Amino acid sequence: MSRKLLTFNGGVHPEGHKDVSNATPIRLMPLLPRYLVALRQHIGGPARALVQAGDTVLRGQMIGAAEGYVSTAVHAPTSGRVLAVAPHEVPHPSGLADLCVVIESDGLDQAIEFQPLDWQALNPSALRNRIRDLGLAGLGGAVFPSFIKLNPEGAGIDTLILNGAECEPWITCDDRLMRERAAEILQGVAVMRHMLGAREVLIGIEDNKPEAIAALRAAVANEAEVVAVPTLYPTGGGKQLTYILTGRETPTGGRSTDVGVQVFNVGTAYALYRAVVLGEPMLSRVVTVTGHVATPGNYEVRLGTPVTDLLAAAGGALPGATGELVGGPMMGFDLEDRASPITKAVNCLIVKDRAHFPASPLILPCIRCGACARACPADLQPFEMYWFARAKDFGKSQSYDLFDCIECGCCTYVCPSHIPLVDFFRFAKSEIWERERHKQDADQARARHEFKAFRLEREKREKAGKLAAKVAENKARDAAAALGGAETASDPEAEHKKAILQAALERAKKAKESVTPQNTENLPPAVEKQIAEIEARRAGAEITQPETGNSPS
Amino acid sequence: MNGSPYILSENNSVTLVMLKVLAALIPGVIAQVWFFGPGILVSLLLCGAFAIGFEAFILLMRGIPLKPFLSDGSVLVTACLLALALPTLAPWWLYLLGVFFAVAVAKHLYGGLGQNPFNPAMVGYAALIISFPLAMTQWAAPLGVAQATPNLWEAFDLVFAGAGSISPDAYTSATALDTWKTQVRLGKDAADILGQPIFGWAGGRGQEIVASMYLVGGLLLVSNRLITWHIPFAFLAGIAATAGLLHLLDPALHASPLFHLFSGGAMLGAFFIATDPVTAASTPRGKLIYAGLAGFLTVIIRTFGGYPDGVAFAVLLMNVAVPFIDAYTQPRVFGHKHGGKRGKA
Repeated sequence: MSRKLLTFNGGVHPEGHKDVSNATPIRLMPLLPRYLVALRQHIGGPARALVQAGDTVLRGQMIGAAEGYVSTAVHAPTSGRVLAVAPHEVPHPSGLADLCVVIESDGLDQAIEFQPLDWQALNPSALRNRIRDLGLAGLGGAVFPSFIKLNPEGAGIDTLILNGAECEPWITCDDRLMRERAAEILQGVAVMRHMLGAREVLIGIEDNKPEAIAALRAAVANEAEVVAVPTLYPTGGGKQLTYILTGRETPTGGRSTDVGVQVFNVGTAYALYRAVVLGEPMLSRVVTVTGHVATPGNYEVRLGTPVTDLLAAAGGALPGATGELVGGPMMGFDLEDRASPITKAVNCLIVKDRAHFPASPLILPCIRCGACARACPADLQPFEMYWFARAKDFGKSQSYDLFDCIECGCCTYVCPSHIPLVDFFRFAKSEIWERERHKQDADQARARHEFKAFRLEREKREKAGKLAAKVAENKARDAAAALGGAETASDPEAEHKKAILQAALERAKKAKESVTPQNTENLPPAVEKQIAEIEARRAGAEITQPETGNSPS
Repeated sequence: MNGSPYILSENNSVTLVMLKVLAALIPGVIAQVWFFGPGILVSLLLCGAFAIGFEAFILLMRGIPLKPFLSDGSVLVTACLLALALPTLAPWWLYLLGVFFAVAVAKHLYGGLGQNPFNPAMVGYAALIISFPLAMTQWAAPLGVAQATPNLWEAFDLVFAGAGSISPDAYTSATALDTWKTQVRLGKDAADILGQPIFGWAGGRGQEIVASMYLVGGLLLVSNRLITWHIPFAFLAGIAATAGLLHLLDPALHASPLFHLFSGGAMLGAFFIATDPVTAASTPRGKLIYAGLAGFLTVIIRTFGGYPDGVAFAVLLMNVAVPFIDAYTQPRVFGHKHGGKRGKA
């Protein structure tokens, strides 16, 4: 293909280990007795549970509805009974528990009736709402709700990029999906293209997947171009792939849509095909199980499947296993609890062993060799950010564009001193966010206090004003009565009224001044006297000692 | 803290980096032995031993684990660079003092590995040339100038017994750089000076081959990506441009750029000393500025200064400017419009 490809700076070539899991076709997981469906499987707000313990559900039934704009639905993976809606361990870097719907399977696997969508006829907004209710989220790792990304409004998207790069070592779920279900992926692409109004569709696949490239090229007519991109981690990063294929740089803090490009993972396109063409909600995904395990491969896994069961389906971990990674070795995280369920975000489980994942070596001081800067795909100077992060000078770290760091791990990978640079950057970012939150809290508290002070003052003023008006009114009435119904009020009378008003206003002004809270209020007379003496002395001192304190000797 | 990534590049460590740098020095050392005799082996050995001694002692005092920090190899690189920058056949205490300044003062007093603002080897060199200028101008004479070079035992003898059993004068002479400077100042004719046996086809006799070997080793470092091309290129370009300009102005007073490139510490400085990552500028543009100015200063100091060579002071002076240069030459970050000034909190 004659397309001119660009290359981002930096990047690394970690060993792929793709052949461990990509030789066998995708296997279907058998039905399990129990599923744990997390209500938050995507970026954004968790879904609102629609069921409670004791309810019966059918496969494909919505059990959690999107709550808030950035959210999407979740569905029952099989038919059965809801045992509980309760917090449970989920695969997340934080290791924290999150709300899950526990479903006991009835073994019948009865489904609701799936209704294919007439996507070409449906109005865009209605189509997006349907896609939200079908639970579509990006399967590349970020799990951003798809319906939001499929909104072309005002974005001016001319290019749709399908991300089949799969640049992380070990992971092969997209590879197998592209080999086996290319036609379905392209049907999903057609829906995406229709919704976005994109002129051009580019499918970027790293050239270490010749079978996937061939399969898609065989399935594609002229609606899209399949582009083989050089294997270089992190080519699969959205910004990186956009740059490689189009030469457009996503501006800092922005998204690829800012340069007219929308990027979707191939798995998401496949899921969209099932959602729109078959009417089936997102119930399953392909997960790579690889590493130190008996039968590594790719498994089509219902969302909610406990990791334990998936590992068992893959023959179980081999002796000498040292734990599991969720995702790839470059950006994944340690699985805290094997009882955690598979969510939309889990693309890979790697069972670790000492040979492939040795204990981290001793950390030596940074020698500023700059290997990290040369490996950084964002053209950052990681060692500078590290020095400042280590010194807890987070402002300085930030000024070296810390927030442009995509945490791809290249810097740590190449560091000869084995410094866990990315850990420092995650730490610095979270500290900065924390400070930001504190600052916001403080700002809010100050604003509230100021408003309270203003309100008290206003109330006092209003009271004083009312009182003054009332007094004046009474006086006027008294005067009028005394005069025996005289037609015109005399001049002295008016002046008197004015004086009273003036006095009232004065009082109000004093009240305003006393609103500022002071800890010198309501003190016993003795203390008051002491303060007065001190104040007097201070005043005296200021007069007798002119400027000597300030002038430099 | 133990988040991603969970894999690290294999065969990658500070020790390996340092060993590769040491390996790249081997061609230069061989050439030195060939032309100047095995004296360099004695000074390498002494400096290495002293350096490990000081390093171990200070690490112990600072309560830092000995094994990983001794085996990082950085102190050996410092010691070898210092040994290669000093005259051979000098008394042993000169090496001891030089290593003391390099390791104890320049490195550890500033916080140890990675923390020192000044190139340790050059601090050692500078301390010696200020304190013992005479000893620092007596260099082993190359074959063709001296009748013979001392053998290994004679070299040991010279270093430890000084002028005891053998006279060092038979084996030493001023360097080509030094000869040029003193004789030009005496008003001698440039062609006459260059006709003396201490001068070779490019730089000093023998020294030019040693320099060529440093060039070869340095290019190996570049091709192995241990250093980038920026610093050696800019350093040599700075020397060539400055020397070239002076030579054009008055060839009778100023030696040719080729002479400057192939004599003294120019090649060693370009590839091995100015490139010390801890003390050098780190951004691509910053490296060009830092090394270009260091090259310029080298020639200026050689020409107008009182010292025989300018590499050490040029590098040390530019070390001072590194934080400033780095802060103003930050590369453009992906997705940003401009690079340049960073570090304002």
